[in-house]
Amino acid sequence: MEPTAGSGDPADAAGATASVVTLHVNGVARTLAVDHRTTLLDALRERLSVTGPKKGCDHGQCGACTVLVDGRRMLACLLPAVAWDGARVLTAEGLSEGGRLHPVQAAFVARDALQCGYCTPGQVCSAVGVLSEAAEGHPSLATPAGPARTGGGLPPPVRLTPEEIRERMSGNLCRCGAYAQIVAAVGDVAP
Amino acid sequence: MRPHGYVRARSVADALAVHAAHPGARYLAGGTNLVDLMKLGVARPTVLIDVRRLPLDRVEETAGGGLLVGATVRNSDLAAHPLVRSRYPALSQSLLSGASGQLRNAATTGGNLLQRTRCGYFQDVSKPCNKREPGSGCPAVEGSHRELAVLGHSPHCVATHPSDMAVALTALDASVHLRGVSGTRALPVSEFHRLPGDRPELDTRLRPGELVVGVELPPVPPGARCAYRKVRDRASCAFALVSVAARLAVENGRIVHAALAFGGLAHRPWRAWTAEERLVGAPATGASFARAAEAELEAAEPLRDNAFKVRLAGDLAVQVLGTLAGEGA
Ligand SMILES: Cc1cc2nc3c(=O)[nH]c(=O)nc-3n(C[C@H](O)[C@H](O)[C@H](O)COP(=O)(O)OP(=O)(O)OC[C@H]3O[C@@H](n4cnc5c(N)ncnc54)[C@H](O)[C@@H]3O)c2cc1C
Ligand code: SF4
Ligand code: FES
Ligand code: FES
Repeated sequence: MEPTAGSGDPADAAGATASVVTLHVNGVARTLAVDHRTTLLDALRERLSVTGPKKGCDHGQCGACTVLVDGRRMLACLLPAVAWDGARVLTAEGLSEGGRLHPVQAAFVARDALQCGYCTPGQVCSAVGVLSEAAEGHPSLATPAGPARTGGGLPPPVRLTPEEIRERMSGNLCRCGAYAQIVAAVGDVAP
Repeated sequence: MRPHGYVRARSVADALAVHAAHPGARYLAGGTNLVDLMKLGVARPTVLIDVRRLPLDRVEETAGGGLLVGATVRNSDLAAHPLVRSRYPALSQSLLSGASGQLRNAATTGGNLLQRTRCGYFQDVSKPCNKREPGSGCPAVEGSHRELAVLGHSPHCVATHPSDMAVALTALDASVHLRGVSGTRALPVSEFHRLPGDRPELDTRLRPGELVVGVELPPVPPGARCAYRKVRDRASCAFALVSVAARLAVENGRIVHAALAFGGLAHRPWRAWTAEERLVGAPATGASFARAAEAELEAAEPLRDNAFKVRLAGDLAVQVLGTLAGEGA
């Protein structure tokens, strides 16, 4: 049996080429042995049949594989699954609650923010990440320099103007060019 | 990709020891560059030593009024840090100009500094490349080099360093803190990356197995303001053609402090020492900025298809310095 990721004597573990990992995917603990070359994207799609995240480029350039890892949006195609043992992974499939679409998903439907739909699960996960980053006051390049905050206290949320949305969503390409509707959909759910 | 081992380092000492025992090992942080290069067959580690969970994820004020940034602080967290935004806005802007939101959530300080060139031949194992395979030749000199270097290149390699963050750190006089089996040391960021010379396979002065543990920013000189600006082929999510990081302090219309660095021009972030010498003491006018930029860029030796970068770099420097002088007025 393969050793658990990174456990035991490091010098010994260096010899093994596969490990057992547990990923909490959309709220369900999934334990599997992965070859160390396996990306989180391939583990999800090929091993766990979670096919919401898509493989567009496999090189970090298109955003189709965007998922939320421990609450933050990331590109599953560049994350080695073994390195994320224990992580909570949320994909487009896991966003709805009690059969109701997540507000971002509902906005994409209402705005018709897709054509072929290939980029959509990644767009939706990315938008969910954008909303929480903005709520936590994380700036983007489009954010005007605010009053300096050197003291304690949380930074104020960033208002998601269309310019902010375009800048923050720029890592998600849409080959069908549904950008105008995507920006509108994200704008609809922004507070 | 070839099969490889994986070890999660429990401490810095642990990481160094595993590396020492496995010469083919590589440190893994966010993986956003290394995993990509492994898929391309450019990087072929035997063991990945995962340093991402090491306790190097803090941003702390130093006793002297500077900032110490851990090697595993994520690019997005560093860009959002209140002290970075207020004291070192050029650093925040440089990070936010790089990659995409998803990538910045995974990428780390150490990995960003050590990311490798985006030269297309380097990334294509079917082509010769002195950086990837020393002695095989440099097809970029005669081939596709629009994005590549105009300063400090050699016949052996004309690549540029792709990091935006490193350009800001260079202008801000930051230093890199390193730990190796034989102890700790620090290097100015401006001396951390190398020029290619006849050893283009070496991007930096990092010794084999040495770990970046952090980056230190010295306190801000009195009255100084800084900014970062990047020019690229599309509005967002693209590497720099040219970028500028600058810091300026002006008193009674005269420049009392100037720091300037260019990105996208060379194998390392290009600290513009010549321009800085011209700037300090000069009146804070567009003419001074233009003369200083011109003096620096006199050394440029553009390739067939990238002469446009020289003019672009000069214009960009004048613009960023002008904005800083205006804000200070
Ligand atoms: C599509 C795309 C667009 C991008 N655009 C930009 C851009 O516009 N501007 C920009 O600046 N960057 C850009 N990047 C690059 C990105 O910033 C880097 O990939 C990232 O910063 C690397 O950090 P990491 O933690 O993921 O490093 P990793 O990929 O984990 O590691 C990179 C290298 O650093 C070494 N390493 C990591 N940590 C340490 C340490 N502590 N000590 C010693 N060695 C270490 C690794 O061994 C490896 O060689 C882009 C990347 C992609 C994929
Ligand atoms: S410029 Fe450097 S990296 Fe590019 S092909 Fe030449 S040697 Fe390789
Ligand atoms: S598949 Fe991951 S970014 Fe394109
Ligand atoms: S809807 Fe087809 S790629 Fe975006």
